[in-house]
Amino acid sequence: MKIAILLKQVPVKDAMLELNDSGNWIEEDDVQFEINDSDHYGLAEALNIAKENEGEVTVVTMGPDRVKDSIKQALAKGAHRAIHIDDEEVSSSDPLTCAKIIAAAIKDENFDLILSGLQSDDLGFGQTGVLVAEILGMPHATLVVETEILDGKIKVKRELEGGWFQNVELPLPAMLSIQSGLTDIPYATIKGIMMAKKKPVAEVEADDLGVELDGGAFKLEKIYTPVKSKETTVFEGDADTIVAQLIDKLKNEAKVL
Amino acid sequence: MSQGILVIIEHTDAKVNRISLEALTGAQKLGAEMGQSVFAAVLADDCSAMTGELSSKKLDKIYALSNPLLADYTPDGYTIALQQLIEKTDPAVVIVGYSYQARDYAAKLALRCGGAMMSDCIAIQADSGNITLTRQVFAGKFNADYSFSGDGCCFISLQAAAYNADELEAGTAAVEGFAVNLDSREIRTTVLESFEGTKKDVDLAASDIIVAIGRGLKEEENLEIAEALASAMGADIGASRPVCDDGWVGADRQVGSSGQTVSPKLYLSLGISGAIQHVVGMKSSKYIVAINKDPHAPIFDIADVAVVGDLFEIVPKLTEAVKAAK
Repeated sequence: MKIAILLKQVPVKDAMLELNDSGNWIEEDDVQFEINDSDHYGLAEALNIAKENEGEVTVVTMGPDRVKDSIKQALAKGAHRAIHIDDEEVSSSDPLTCAKIIAAAIKDENFDLILSGLQSDDLGFGQTGVLVAEILGMPHATLVVETEILDGKIKVKRELEGGWFQNVELPLPAMLSIQSGLTDIPYATIKGIMMAKKKPVAEVEADDLGVELDGGAFKLEKIYTPVKSKETTVFEGDADTIVAQLIDKLKNEAKVL
Repeated sequence: MSQGILVIIEHTDAKVNRISLEALTGAQKLGAEMGQSVFAAVLADDCSAMTGELSSKKLDKIYALSNPLLADYTPDGYTIALQQLIEKTDPAVVIVGYSYQARDYAAKLALRCGGAMMSDCIAIQADSGNITLTRQVFAGKFNADYSFSGDGCCFISLQAAAYNADELEAGTAAVEGFAVNLDSREIRTTVLESFEGTKKDVDLAASDIIVAIGRGLKEEENLEIAEALASAMGADIGASRPVCDDGWVGADRQVGSSGQTVSPKLYLSLGISGAIQHVVGMKSSKYIVAINKDPHAPIFDIADVAVVGDLFEIVPKLTEAVKAAK
């Protein structure tokens, strides 16, 4: 069974992000990057399925050179090989363009299963996996928390709203976007890290895939710090002073003491 | 020339979901700005309860797509049915609420119709026919404005509470049946059973005070710092999704788009940055105190009191002070 995991690299969770001078992206120079949160769960699920079904897991990642670190990490955790779609501009392009590029890069692989995380923590469109499925003519399911491979099909448990779940079946090949939570994330072992160095990483140039990189139907005009809608009192500095000020607020404004 | 704004209605137990009423409100406002009519589409095996509910709203028309194959939601069923409606009616804009269901099919539908979708928007503006969409990026730290310049239909999904459903204008709306040409063999997903997750041991929606914890607490052992404060204040513990995913507390304590929506008298957050998915679940709290070391944490934008500092130093002192004050 051939399984792909679409993996995105995003700024680390507690990165102090600043806007760039032109106000159309963040200043990336001093920012560290990591594997997107829900993609970790997608990778974990891909590895679980591969273990039980004699599968091979291919990491598919798009982005500049820095994404190679995330690819190495995924290979160290047990993925078998990787496809790196090299694109400097990818981070700011729209989900449909991203999906077209990814679909063009992997269409000849004939994956039985394509997994992604639910959404990225940077732009959070939550569309790329679904669009790749549509382009490649595959059925899909989103918000998946459990999977079970059956004969020629896959049964998945999907998270619904309000604490409900649903089971559905899809014929293979299929695409699933994985919700975070209900599986353990694997750690890279020393042996895994050693072995990762020998695993194949195919390099593909996004420009060579014949996809028009015009930014699609939506143009990013600007990124900016939101105007605050609420008046906020800020406390900082000495902890004892902060606590005294807080107690006053809790008594006289929140009225909970 | 494409005309009109189509809103796709989502429903549960034969009632229109609030997020769809919010989407209709957004569509009415956009329709007024653009001088465009507003249509709604309902999909079900029997649409009458939902079309009945919507017929007292100010809409130009409600399309009822009644078909036994639309009794259960499937991405294929909805996409095929809606593609037929969209090709026939040729709307300029399609709006859906950014629900779990919309996440599942809306992008696929947009592509199938030759359009594109901007997901999870918080505002739509129209200036002489040009549409600008605002959405939050980098977990709510920044806003981004996108202009629409496509040739096809502009698909938009709206974040929960982007518009206030109480402002939905009343009026009358005619209901028109739309016959869908659907074959069961085209629906690749087989829907099996639905079931409720684990039973809850706390109902945060009923809590007066919530002490909410996030990744900033760093390790599960540090939970006791938050628990001591909660106990001193008579509060319940709430949490962001990552903390629930890591198993520190049960999923019933999760606040946000995939958990509970709460509005306690006091919401005191510890080490929560305030990603959109969390904020939509707690922003209507009466009083919000947020403690975080990052002065740019987006949670501070909606807080009444922002405490920039080390929660490990402040919270134990706060707990003692609360005990003394009581």
